[in-house]
Amino acid sequence: MLRRMRKSTVYFIAGGLIIFVVIQLLLSLGILNNYWRGIIFWGAAISMVALGLNLIYGFNGQFSLGQYGFYAIGAYASADITYRWVHSDPSGIVVVLFGSLLTLGLYVAVTAFLRRFYGVTVMARFTFYILATILAFAIAVAGLVPLLGPAVNSILQVLPAAISRQIVFFVALLGGACLAGIASFLFGIPVLELGSDYFGIATLGFTIIVKVLLDNTDTILPFPEMKGARGMIGIPQWTTWPWVFASLLLVILVMRNVLHSSVGRAIVSVREDERAAELVGIDAATTKVLAFVLGSVFAGLAGGIRAHDLAFLHPQSFNFIQSFNPLIIVVFGGLSSMTGTIITGFFWIFLLEGLLRLYLPEGFETWRLVVYPLVLLVMMLLRPEGLFGRYEIPFLRRVLPPLPTKTVEIQEEAV
Amino acid sequence: MWLRLIWAVRLWKSGREIMALLEVKDLYVSYGAIRALHGVSFHVDRGEVVTLIGANGAGKSTTLRTISGLQPADSGSIVYDGVDITRTPASNIVPLGIIQVPEGRRIFAPLTVRENLEMGAFTRKDKREIAESMEHVFQLFPRLKERVEQTGGTLSGGEQQMLAVARALMAKPKLLLMDEPSMGLAPILVEEIFDIIQEINREGVTVLLVEQNAHMALSIANRGYVLETGTIELEGEAQVLADNPRVREAYLGGG
Repeated sequence: MLRRMRKSTVYFIAGGLIIFVVIQLLLSLGILNNYWRGIIFWGAAISMVALGLNLIYGFNGQFSLGQYGFYAIGAYASADITYRWVHSDPSGIVVVLFGSLLTLGLYVAVTAFLRRFYGVTVMARFTFYILATILAFAIAVAGLVPLLGPAVNSILQVLPAAISRQIVFFVALLGGACLAGIASFLFGIPVLELGSDYFGIATLGFTIIVKVLLDNTDTILPFPEMKGARGMIGIPQWTTWPWVFASLLLVILVMRNVLHSSVGRAIVSVREDERAAELVGIDAATTKVLAFVLGSVFAGLAGGIRAHDLAFLHPQSFNFIQSFNPLIIVVFGGLSSMTGTIITGFFWIFLLEGLLRLYLPEGFETWRLVVYPLVLLVMMLLRPEGLFGRYEIPFLRRVLPPLPTKTVEIQEEAV
Repeated sequence: MWLRLIWAVRLWKSGREIMALLEVKDLYVSYGAIRALHGVSFHVDRGEVVTLIGANGAGKSTTLRTISGLQPADSGSIVYDGVDITRTPASNIVPLGIIQVPEGRRIFAPLTVRENLEMGAFTRKDKREIAESMEHVFQLFPRLKERVEQTGGTLSGGEQQMLAVARALMAKPKLLLMDEPSMGLAPILVEEIFDIIQEINREGVTVLLVEQNAHMALSIANRGYVLETGTIELEGEAQVLADNPRVREAYLGGG
């Protein structure tokens, strides 16, 4: 058993390395042009978003259409950090990084505080958490920017430009993911209490709200640099293949390890039967929030990657029609199959944005919205469990714990 | 002198054991504006099988749900092993040793029998002890042993009920709450399940049994309570209850 596990890990590492090196070589040698580079990066970003949704929908059973909202939050937040940095303003880094840390600290305090009371309603809890968030970011904006801004700036200026750029990019990705996580936490507390259909509708509403807010970033929200519905330009194009690869790998590894742990069991059992899960001692409400936040953090990270590849963000690319994309990918690849989700994510972008646009006559892309539902319909009729069903490559497959010796005998008897 | 000492120790021990394992006092529970329990009080002593019988909507399941922490109590108290657990959340109840076998079995259908049992031991950490428990459960339910790698959904109704009981046993219960274990089962399977309940009880697990099948429940219980529209109407030794004309008329199919 142990040897097999090690083997699958070796294969996974070897496969990952080969993919990394080959694509890096192809990119460096200029065999893959910028167009194909964009397609690969986009495929990776979409795969991360879809993996997050698979955790929420496929593994935890919460039907969510909000994934693109968190993707958008991650994209805009990280883009804003680097945009400001490029325009020699470190406030983005300070606010998002320290604001998120402060928020996290306050959440721990609020959780400990609320635990002392019995029967606190969901909305009351939500109010406490949202107040904590507002407080944390108010402190970050009003207090920490003038205090820490110059310090952060001077530290980063001392370092060589190439290094400080990577650090800023890292912080930007982290910040986008953190903000997406905070947003999903606040949204998830009250909304996850709803039944699954109502939850789906509420998350659709969330995506629409995010899109409308992004349309008005320069009027309602105080972010003139995001330029509202005209689209945000001037984002540094910092995304490189190592960053894309590392992010995707991180998402895959985190998700795998979570799913293989007892938390993963809790997540899956909540999908199967929430009441039964509670009766074996699982805190179903917390488990749902955890899966939702983790899935959204993945989306936020993907947003940062995508924003710094495209160097241009437009609210229209996060509208609610687009928000069905990760859902289609997850259903297509197979609910609760990580392998299926990753492969379908790449395939989706390759086929529909790559091949179709390149090789089919002009104007075909307007037919995409006819093609998607048709493909999905055929899929549901012919293979409702998705292309990959529940297949996983060995490294991602759940390895059962070693069996007690006596049970092995029983198993043999049964065979 | 030694005899006296042993006698004293015994007395002290029995004194501790006399204290009820579960003591429910004046419990009021409501779903929104509808009150389901109007001051229910009862107790379960160590090692007993106690049954709550009553018609649909009498509040039997609500009582169990409240003990398990799934339903908040409006007022009243639940004391388990000397500790007030009225306000303890469901996920903290299980590690205390109060395990519920839910109504309608609620096993994890796509998981195998083994995985279902592993889920039952979710709150336990020691892997070897868990393996021992699984062995023990397979001794009690040889039929589950034959179906270890089968998914729960493919089992028959009786086997699913056994799996539900087995899953509860995996959590190492001190007090087992059973909600309608006979529901939807053929009479022969009901007998089998009740035999197993008695066997589990003999091993030292206290059982609180909620049943509509009053005849079966009273036949294996030490004591019983009759619940009617959210209040305890009658209580007593199981045999006395079974002979009570009111109980006979209402729950045992005529006099």
